[in-house]
Amino acid sequence: MAEKPWLTRPENVRLLWRGFIAVLAVTVLLQLAIPIHGHFGIDGTFGFFAWYGFVACAVMILGSKLVGVFLKRKDTYYDE
Amino acid sequence: MTSSAVPFAALTLVLGGFLLPGLRGGARAAAVLALPLLALYFIWALPEGAGAAVQFLDYELHPVRADRLGRLFATIFAIMAFGGGLFALNQKSAVELTAAFVYAGSAIGAALAGDLVTLFIFWEIMAIGSTLVIWSAGTDLAYRASLRYLMIHLGGGVLLMAGIAGQVALTGSIAFDRMDLSLWPQWLILAGFLVNAGGPPLSAWIPDAYPEASFSGTVFLSAFTTKTAVYVLLRGFAGSEILIVLGLIMVFYGIVYAILENDMRRILAYSIVNQVGFMVTGAGIGTELAVNGAAAHAFTHIIYKALLLMSAGSVLYVTGKRKCTDLGGLFQSMPLTTVCGIIGALSISAFPLTSGFVSKSMVSQAAADQHLMLVWLLLAAASAGVFLHAGIKFPWFVFFQKDSGMRPKDPPLNMRLAMVLFSVLCIGIGVFPGPLYALLPHPVDFVPYTGEHVISQLQLLLFSGLAFFVMLDKYLQRTLTITLDFDWFYRRLGRCAAILAANGVFAAWDAFLRRLRGVGGGAWTTLYRHHGPHGWLARTWPTGSMVLWVAVLLVSYLVFYYY
Repeated sequence: MAEKPWLTRPENVRLLWRGFIAVLAVTVLLQLAIPIHGHFGIDGTFGFFAWYGFVACAVMILGSKLVGVFLKRKDTYYDE
Repeated sequence: MTSSAVPFAALTLVLGGFLLPGLRGGARAAAVLALPLLALYFIWALPEGAGAAVQFLDYELHPVRADRLGRLFATIFAIMAFGGGLFALNQKSAVELTAAFVYAGSAIGAALAGDLVTLFIFWEIMAIGSTLVIWSAGTDLAYRASLRYLMIHLGGGVLLMAGIAGQVALTGSIAFDRMDLSLWPQWLILAGFLVNAGGPPLSAWIPDAYPEASFSGTVFLSAFTTKTAVYVLLRGFAGSEILIVLGLIMVFYGIVYAILENDMRRILAYSIVNQVGFMVTGAGIGTELAVNGAAAHAFTHIIYKALLLMSAGSVLYVTGKRKCTDLGGLFQSMPLTTVCGIIGALSISAFPLTSGFVSKSMVSQAAADQHLMLVWLLLAAASAGVFLHAGIKFPWFVFFQKDSGMRPKDPPLNMRLAMVLFSVLCIGIGVFPGPLYALLPHPVDFVPYTGEHVISQLQLLLFSGLAFFVMLDKYLQRTLTITLDFDWFYRRLGRCAAILAANGVFAAWDAFLRRLRGVGGGAWTTLYRHHGPHGWLARTWPTGSMVLWVAVLLVSYLVFYYY
């Protein structure tokens, strides 16, 4: 068995997570240097796009889950 | 010179497609690559404005009208035919490329059509061409999907035809210009257009039919039908507010269904509905910036969606598998396909420096300029959702996640070249949006790369990525499932109703025969002897005896005529 590729080794996955979180922090902190004015007020507040993006995605994932409860079927459903 | 280009702009691909089955090897490859370039040349050689008129019945047709909007769509259709043709060079089916070129050529014809009748003719040729593209995959599933697809599009064509007939009856004009929905036929025309756009409730035909085509067929299919619909909506119904609502429904429908989906090409098919939703919303907002944004987004979308489907098609081509549950870990042996797939995924997510960023941000900006706060908030949420369902989900489950153990190589050279070409276009347009902006229907006064735009978009997308990986294990694991959609009504309910109705008719017929026997008695027996399954009068006669009796009739007619 050859060595696992760099990307999938556990220690590197941890490293990637740390790097990702650092990048997230930088994108929010950059707002201090380059202010976002926005059109509606709320979109000019600090970190708006960060929390809005996260919450919107969480809501969409949970919403899909809910839709799935009612509408999911086995993928052979139409073959019968 | 220029006016002689008129008939060729659309016909180069429609007629040229029929040459392909007769060619082999290098000649065929040369024709596949040269025909779209030739069409592109003719599109740009067209003189501005409506071309020569042709008299048809009582109407004056303008088969070709070249203006900025039409030329933009015709241009991207020709580029798409080139890239798709390159990708499909090793496709063995002789039917597929011919059908695809007829399909692409009629889309160009529709984009350049100067009146409703010409538009309708190309609209229907597109339906037939695209059906044949699906059908040429050669599987039973594809055949059945193509029939369902044809049924929907012929139905949409009937709506459109009825609308055009009504429009002509009320106004006496076949001109295709802005319609304000004040006349009832215009609603029918709008409905016909929306069927092809994948508008609600009939969005299911896209994920139902497109993923059943071959590895290369789906690449063609993703480009023309829905984007021609965007084009006609922009020309005919820009500023109709109902389109904002319908567009937003499409946007979120695509996200929710794509999140639940397991088949990689069906994920991308749902995301077509999602992306066309952005364009339909832009058409509904209807300002110059919104129309520019929707048109630019159609242009960039065709390229990155084709690129995504090329990378998915490559995976299908080398592994024969299409479900996320069967795939994973392919980045190790398919580096080029992985990189190109990721470039497509970043572009659809509108990452800065990719083509999606410079087009989609125009639609959002248009909503903000009109002070449509709710629309703007929903579009921002949807932008995050695009990264979620297409931008990360597609590459993650296909190329990374668990190791499927498969180690297939990247696909053949022509497929790799097509992916590289479209990747270069995605990045190129993203870095240098100027040339695309110069082609848009209205003058562009929009700067995509401001510090604000870039930082807000990066926050939105990266935190959406955070949400994906945080919720991955608990909520996003793939299952062997499909999600019921509107097509259930015609694939399940309609079928059951038809079977029940048929059974009811048979039962009633049997009961009727039994009663007849009871009443008629002897008469029934005589009737049965002559007309029953073995009856003399119910026998099938050979054609020869038919001819003989016709001859006898004619002779007796002659005899009676003379005496």
